[in-house]
Amino acid sequence: MAMMPVSGPTTAPPAGLPDQALPVPTAGRRSQALSRLVRAVRSNRKATVGTVLLVIFILLALFPGVIAHKSPTATIYPRSLGPSAQHLFGTTALGQDIFAQAVYGTQQVLVIAFGVGLLTTGIAVLIGVAAAYLGGAWDGVLNLITDVLLVIPLFPLLIVIATYVQNAGTAVLVVVLTLTGWSYTARQLRAQALSLRKREFLEAARVRGERRMYIVMVEIIPTMTSLIVASFLTNALYAVLFGSSLQFIGLGDPNSVSWGTMLYWAENNAALQTGQYLWAIVPGALIALLGAAFALLNYAFDEIGNPALRPVRRIRVKRAG
Amino acid sequence: MRFALRRVGFFVLTLWAALTLNFFLPRLMPGNPAEAMLGKFRGPVSPQALKALEVAFGVETKEGLAGQYVHYLGNVATGNFGTSLYFYPQSVGRVILDALPWTLGLVGLTTILAFALGTGIGIVAAWRRGGRLDSIAPPVFVITSAIPYFWVGMMLILVFAEQLQWFPAAFGYSITMTPSLSLPFIVNIVEHAILPATALLITTIGTWILTMRNTMVTTLAEDYVRMARAKGLPSRRIMFDYAARNAILPNLTGFAMSLGFVVGGAILVEYVFNYPGVGYMLLQAVSQEDYPLMQALFLLITVAVLVAILLADIATAILDPRTRTAD
Repeated sequence: MAMMPVSGPTTAPPAGLPDQALPVPTAGRRSQALSRLVRAVRSNRKATVGTVLLVIFILLALFPGVIAHKSPTATIYPRSLGPSAQHLFGTTALGQDIFAQAVYGTQQVLVIAFGVGLLTTGIAVLIGVAAAYLGGAWDGVLNLITDVLLVIPLFPLLIVIATYVQNAGTAVLVVVLTLTGWSYTARQLRAQALSLRKREFLEAARVRGERRMYIVMVEIIPTMTSLIVASFLTNALYAVLFGSSLQFIGLGDPNSVSWGTMLYWAENNAALQTGQYLWAIVPGALIALLGAAFALLNYAFDEIGNPALRPVRRIRVKRAG
Repeated sequence: MRFALRRVGFFVLTLWAALTLNFFLPRLMPGNPAEAMLGKFRGPVSPQALKALEVAFGVETKEGLAGQYVHYLGNVATGNFGTSLYFYPQSVGRVILDALPWTLGLVGLTTILAFALGTGIGIVAAWRRGGRLDSIAPPVFVITSAIPYFWVGMMLILVFAEQLQWFPAAFGYSITMTPSLSLPFIVNIVEHAILPATALLITTIGTWILTMRNTMVTTLAEDYVRMARAKGLPSRRIMFDYAARNAILPNLTGFAMSLGFVVGGAILVEYVFNYPGVGYMLLQAVSQEDYPLMQALFLLITVAVLVAILLADIATAILDPRTRTAD
């Protein structure tokens, strides 16, 4: 009974992302694609939750002062207070306001997430598509570099690099995470670009005498939009987790305001052993929430692209007109 | 044969890349950080050991870069990783050998457990499509995969070690006990392993469940499954022999790979629980600026992954003839 690959008759349009290449998207088509995307996000509960969470975090990062009135770095309050109306999450053993730190910390984490997400995906597109499109010796070399980087264990490598760099600030973290993190996406994109190479619409463009650059930018890359979006989300999640982990073990800049650094100070002041639980709970929960936002969006895009994975709804007979 | 040679060639190449990274990273950094590190240890460490390390890190040596590089590769090839500075006068190899069994035991067993449990849950979830398990498991495990696992460890310590005091919060065994092969000592080790193992299990099991479920859902739509149904085979047989057996391949490959990640895969859990394994040692080396130990551990972790990948590749080639010709 539950065996048939059901795609509910009442569910939204089949795909939220353009699967066919739209040659030269006009303004009208673009807004149509956008409204289809909005509809797809609203019809998928995971996508809705992910989007709402992400929007909240972006607002916090842009306007932290609106809800947090205290300075995140000032060590001027009584130490190790419990939660109160004055200090919503209490204060640290150093006399800082935990709520203010949590709110202001959003900024750095989001910069790392979006910075690394965009940069890794950009490099991966460049290298993956170049390898597939140029072929021959170029493909051989680029592919080899990708594969080698792919199998070297990432987190230990990050630890070694960050140790030599010492007190990595936001920019350094973004660079290090980007340089080490693009290989998986590059490999996926290369595979997809390879599978496109023999497709007729590319042949047609070639026969029309289009320039190489035009073919890559207008014909190949838009076709891979859904994979590129999924890669961005995965890479952003990876940046949040690895960036925070590095800061947690003290390889970030210990004076910066971010969730990973908060956890570093909480651990070093034995927050769990001295009853200052919120100091350790709050930043970790925020990392998990932000990570969940990216993961939910990613999973939702998977479902939107592959209807077979969608949750089967109990069939509610709705006599819709 | 050609396939095997290619894989071995790739193995050697990657190993060389890791070694070269190890060699050049400290030299590339502004004002070679190894210099400051060595200065710190000038007192307690013997001059000979220090001299050897200076050569290894390119500090105050008259040898050219190429000469240093050859020297370094030769040292690694003969298993000479130098002396640990923090655990002086122990050799780096000795320190690693002491740490390795702890990690292999804790992370190895947890990896096997997570794979077995996760695959099982994935099979059942896909089979009862739309059932309670299937509607709860995917969203829950999408979210757990986003939780930093060191923080899960911290929360477990908070609840089960600090509040309830059911399990110890740190170390591999009670310091008051002398290690021996007696029952109380083994029980003590298990008690200490439960919380870190749980933290690992919670954060890794989701991937197994989701991969298995999603492949199984695709497999269940295949014609041969419908055929088996039409023949009236018992559903248990269809579930395991027809669907799960074909859907398990991606999970099996993933499992072979994850065995390679056992050595370096739980660095932060070991750190949070002060568990005396390889990951904890790596972070000790980092915080004490014991660069020889850090380099050797990084190499060990890389080699473990490379060997696992090589074995997984060869096993896949034996099991699935199609992969042998593909390049």
